[in-house]
Amino acid sequence: MGDSISKVSIIISKGSLEGIYPGLIMANGARAEGMEANLFFTFFGLDAIHMKRFEHIKVATVGNPGMHIATMLGGLPGMSASATHMLEKKMEEFDIPSIPEFVEMIADTGCGTFGCKASVDLFGFTKDDFIDHVSDIITVGEFYERAAGGEIIFT
Amino acid sequence: MTLTTLAGVDVELHDEGFLVDPGQWTEAIAVELARREGIDPLSKQHWQVVRFMRSEYSAKGTGPTVRVLGETSGVSIKELYQLFPKGPAKIAGIPKPRGWI
Repeated sequence: MGDSISKVSIIISKGSLEGIYPGLIMANGARAEGMEANLFFTFFGLDAIHMKRFEHIKVATVGNPGMHIATMLGGLPGMSASATHMLEKKMEEFDIPSIPEFVEMIADTGCGTFGCKASVDLFGFTKDDFIDHVSDIITVGEFYERAAGGEIIFT
Repeated sequence: MTLTTLAGVDVELHDEGFLVDPGQWTEAIAVELARREGIDPLSKQHWQVVRFMRSEYSAKGTGPTVRVLGETSGVSIKELYQLFPKGPAKIAGIPKPRGWI
């Protein structure tokens, strides 16, 4: 075997649609290639595994130059919702699952799915706020233990 | 890339262990590839997935994505990865799927 990656641990720290999908895609791709993979959700990234929030993840239309609309327009009521709706429709055409389906699917592939204890405490959550597919709420130190011997990717 | 002999056939493998020429794949090679990953023997369910992937690959020129496998191979995604901890594509002798899910 040459220089191939056999293990990745991916940190998802943002709670926007564009902040969550890339990490999920990378984790799923890693498992599809036979790599060991872990997902660690921290800070606003916790929304991706939060039972009441993971169905309502939105695209950021303010402070996001990639949207190519004026910042003032991006702040109008309903802008984020309609941009999200458009993107979700487009993703459906490409057969990309919704965030809830995707997170559960990735957990089913055997990818470790963890919440960050410091963030969970900070936001006043408990393990019961999260979907059943979450393996555990762990500390940063425990995350490093699990990530040992592989690559760590922060998103 | 490495040259090796699987089931009496000289084959070339990519660094990650995928067959360079999917046309060389035989069921005997699948058994050898599986053994390298610690799957021995291949069960009826393993073969169900492997044969499904082969037929998708020969019909479409690309392997099915994980999501399609879960929906149509008759094995759930959870079972799929319990059967093939390192994914089934390598053992089915097909290139890495291009579809990204």
